[in-house]
Amino acid sequence: MTWKQMFTSSVGKKLVMGFTGLFLILFLIVHVGLNACIWANDGGEMFNKGAHFMGANIVPRILEIGLFVGLLLHIVQGYMLTVLNKKARSVGYAVAYKDGSKWYSRSMAILGSLILIFLSVHLSNFWFPNRSSQGLSLGGEIDLYAKMKETFSGADITTVLTITIYLLGCGALGYHLAHGFQSAFKTLGVHNKRYHQMLAAIGFGFSIIVCLAFAMMPLSFHFGWIQ
Amino acid sequence: MQHYNMNLNLKVWRQKNNQTKGEFKLYRVENISSEMSFLEMFDVLNEKLITTGEDPVAFDHDCREGICGMCSMYINGKPHGPWQANTTCQLHMRAFKDGDTIVVEPWRANAFPVIKDLTVDRSAFDRIIQAGGYVSVNTGNAVDGNSLPINKDKADAAFAAAMCIGCGACVAACKNSSAMLFMSAKVSHLALLPQGEPERHSRVINMIAQMDKEGFGACTNTGACEATCPKEISLSNIARLNKEYLGASLVADK
Amino acid sequence: MLESKIPAGKLEDKWNDYKGHCKLVNPANKRKLEVIVVGTGLAGASAAASLGEMGYKVKAFCFQDSPRRAHSIAAQGGINAAKNYQNDGDSVFRLFYDTIKGGDYRAREGNVHRLAEVSTSIIDQCVAQGVPFAREYGGLLSNRSFGGTQVQRTFYAAGQTGQQLLIGAYQALERQVALGNVTMYARHEMLEVVKVDGKARGIIARDLVGGKLERHFGHAVLLCTGGYGNVFYLSTNAMGSNVTAAWKAHKAGAYFANPCFTQIHPTCIPVSGDHQSKLTLMSESLRNDGRIWVPKKQGDNRKSTDIPEEERDYYLERRYPAFGNLVPRDVASRAAKERCDAGFGVGTSKQAVYLDFAAAIQRYGKGEVSKRNLGNVSAEEITQLGKDVVKEKYGNLFDMYEKITGENPYEVAMRIYPAVHYTMGGLWVDYELMTNVKGLYALGEANFSDHGANRLGASALMQGLADGYFVIPYTLGNYLADEIYAKALETSHPAFEEAEKKVSDRINTLMNIKGKQSVESFHKRLGKIIWDKCGMARNKEGLETAIKEVQALKKEFWSDVRIPGEINSYNPELDKAGRVADFIELGELMCIDALTRNESCGGHFREEYQTEDGEALRDDENFMFVSAWELKGEHQWELHKEELKYEVIKPSARNYK
Repeated sequence: MTWKQMFTSSVGKKLVMGFTGLFLILFLIVHVGLNACIWANDGGEMFNKGAHFMGANIVPRILEIGLFVGLLLHIVQGYMLTVLNKKARSVGYAVAYKDGSKWYSRSMAILGSLILIFLSVHLSNFWFPNRSSQGLSLGGEIDLYAKMKETFSGADITTVLTITIYLLGCGALGYHLAHGFQSAFKTLGVHNKRYHQMLAAIGFGFSIIVCLAFAMMPLSFHFGWIQ
Repeated sequence: MQHYNMNLNLKVWRQKNNQTKGEFKLYRVENISSEMSFLEMFDVLNEKLITTGEDPVAFDHDCREGICGMCSMYINGKPHGPWQANTTCQLHMRAFKDGDTIVVEPWRANAFPVIKDLTVDRSAFDRIIQAGGYVSVNTGNAVDGNSLPINKDKADAAFAAAMCIGCGACVAACKNSSAMLFMSAKVSHLALLPQGEPERHSRVINMIAQMDKEGFGACTNTGACEATCPKEISLSNIARLNKEYLGASLVADK
Repeated sequence: MLESKIPAGKLEDKWNDYKGHCKLVNPANKRKLEVIVVGTGLAGASAAASLGEMGYKVKAFCFQDSPRRAHSIAAQGGINAAKNYQNDGDSVFRLFYDTIKGGDYRAREGNVHRLAEVSTSIIDQCVAQGVPFAREYGGLLSNRSFGGTQVQRTFYAAGQTGQQLLIGAYQALERQVALGNVTMYARHEMLEVVKVDGKARGIIARDLVGGKLERHFGHAVLLCTGGYGNVFYLSTNAMGSNVTAAWKAHKAGAYFANPCFTQIHPTCIPVSGDHQSKLTLMSESLRNDGRIWVPKKQGDNRKSTDIPEEERDYYLERRYPAFGNLVPRDVASRAAKERCDAGFGVGTSKQAVYLDFAAAIQRYGKGEVSKRNLGNVSAEEITQLGKDVVKEKYGNLFDMYEKITGENPYEVAMRIYPAVHYTMGGLWVDYELMTNVKGLYALGEANFSDHGANRLGASALMQGLADGYFVIPYTLGNYLADEIYAKALETSHPAFEEAEKKVSDRINTLMNIKGKQSVESFHKRLGKIIWDKCGMARNKEGLETAIKEVQALKKEFWSDVRIPGEINSYNPELDKAGRVADFIELGELMCIDALTRNESCGGHFREEYQTEDGEALRDDENFMFVSAWELKGEHQWELHKEELKYEVIKPSARNYK
């Protein structure tokens, strides 16, 4: 069995999804942790320090490349699997089977697409302006705290729309994780019922807490909870 | 249990063979006893169709006691109908009430082409077993049955997986038409027993390769298969299969 | 005179001697020899797999969509083997003795002893295949006792032993398919045996999907096609179980033996109405813990729970104190029928008796209390603990009962009634399992050989696998060793031509009747005749009427049956029509056989021949023989008798009191 065979079988493809999914979950932990610094309510000092570390240090910059590779793999493989899975049934049912599974577990591709839309907005809000200011050099970030404040403050239509997209994105991410977190462990072979129950509970908590935290960030600026 | 009679409207998928397109047809059956099984209700329909000179509805069935795995109807949006842990042949009419409309469709998956009406071809499952779902032991090679003690919990878990009747409801229920529950039941059954050990790696790799070749989808762990399985085969078998696959493919030397 | 070819010598040496002296086929020649196996149940799948492993070119046929669906899969209780793992005095001899006695002294000693000998290898083989038998905490195999015996020799996998054994054999078969040694033809039905120079040389099969007839050559043909219980219409057999393959063999010259020996299983779910299409068995293992009773008052309409203890008649315990609820199947069935006929039946139809677990639940509950040292607990808790134990032992059976009847058997007594379950009769075979047609074999339930007039519980699985795994691999070689010079015939041979024409003519005739009545309605009527007059109790007058009725039914069938659809397409009604036509002919022979056997033995109970207290009265003087019937023409059969010689066991009246 070649490496290619290993990762191109239906189970192998799922392994790719599982591995990259867990990797992205790790990224979320870092991201939500750093962003939570805004609630230090110190005018963005702590937050910008964190942002500087991420932008000025070689290690996170290299990891970032890995992140994009993982993200890309997750997206491409996800869409390919969706298409293949759809193709396995050309004639559909007149009455769909809904009771046996949760709607969000059946809607990972749609949720993922919503997240992707959010992500493109999110990247164009923060990542692109920052990186274009930095270029290839380490350091030289823009004031990301100010950027956040600017993006989420005010009641004009663009801001409201942006915040709505962010909230939708966080919601989609929450449901995506509610299934994805525990599913990834199943895919990677955790069959022990005790461990799996534990992981499922952690996953459920994780998806609620992390996504709520993310959703609170634009709202905090918008409603002026932080300065 | 109070018995009652009912009149029903049936919306049944009719398809002459796999070259033609199918369509739903409406039928009415009357005076159906709540004590009948679902297939006996179909017997009544077919008797009626034969007397009126129509082609009776073709459907697979054999033992009618829930163990052979031949019956295969997708009833009102669920394989084997509304009851849990049940096969179509064991579904009884007290699950329905007078005036109900029941929609009956065949298993739908490209790997299970329709032969006629509600009958589908599930030979793909046989080919998956051929790919490795066995212990290679010729007749007459065995040592004494008690020479190898087996942990009771493992033996019980192997039995729970081996209860699979190969009906294909898991495929029919899965939005991806995946055969993973069926396959994982066999892989788990044999992986849990010492007798399955020597072929453990090649088995899982070959069976998955065959499953992919047959055109089943991949598993996304939605759990629809487990929820509809007449023998309540656990989803954890799929996780075990994944582990077996990961282990086998990592150590494969070729 | 029929030659059973039982080897000379001492009983316990016969099989070993045979194996030591039978002819062998060398590996190179095996590759040139083709074997046809019809049916893929325990006997068929195990035979096809074993012969494939040996190197023969095997073609296997089944009418279901996969070999894994054969009705062996529905066997619940277990499989016997003389392992004596429980140290309770079991031995090959005792299994042999129990089987002969259980069969009411109408089976061959030589065959049955061989069966008992190979029984132990079957368990080993199945364990090696990965069959997940029930185990003790120490990791060793578990056993339970079964009706009609006093030792624990039954191996089981919950209530699904047949399923697990069949899946084992099926996997072995699929492995041979993958290796190219076996070619599998699913959704195919055998419709004719092709004979050349008196030897079976192939079959005509119909592809049930496309409706095309196919010719298949084989140096030998093995029929592993199960029993004919569906002649009764209602039975515990699968809907598709049929006698067609065996009947075609009979028409091609093979003798049909003891057709009237049919087994009525005592514990089945009663018939609920005219719509009923099949009956469901509740494993005999339930009798280990359930108590069978009827009210003492005739026509008592109270609920089972409302009838006080002193107004219940535990009639099996009353009549047979030594075996109680564990008497053999034929005895238990007749006793139930006797009570219901006398007006003590229960339920709406009054054709049922109670199988009650209330006492067992209390017993197990109290057992749990002392086992777990729980001290003082309430009555409800004891009941709950007892229910938990019963659930662990019989949960799947109780669930099945509840699904079918809508009643909760943990709360109210189960209603049960006897139903047709197994047929001891079948194609006559010699010691080598060959019918009187050379090269034509019958294995498993399809033959008549090992169970005499009554089969003991957990013996059918044993026999099916014994025949397929451990008998036929030897005996077939003994025949094929002389066939190595026979070249494979082209299927354009006139014998194939003729056989195919016969089949297609018959199908055309059937399709062109274009009458008014459905196949199903004929089957129902046949079943009613046979059940009423050739069922649990038979008498001369009834049987004579039945023969006339069946003959009339046959005439009506062939002039008024209506089969919709076309020949060259998937047409289940046509398949069924062919099977019912054969059942009608068999039904007649069954009645003739029952009429000829002027004695009561095992499952065959003639009302004229019973003791004063209603027990079966055997007539060893005049009927110690196998009835092998040769078809002579329409409605005409000639009886050939094979004397049964008991060299080791002295036949005596069966006594379970």
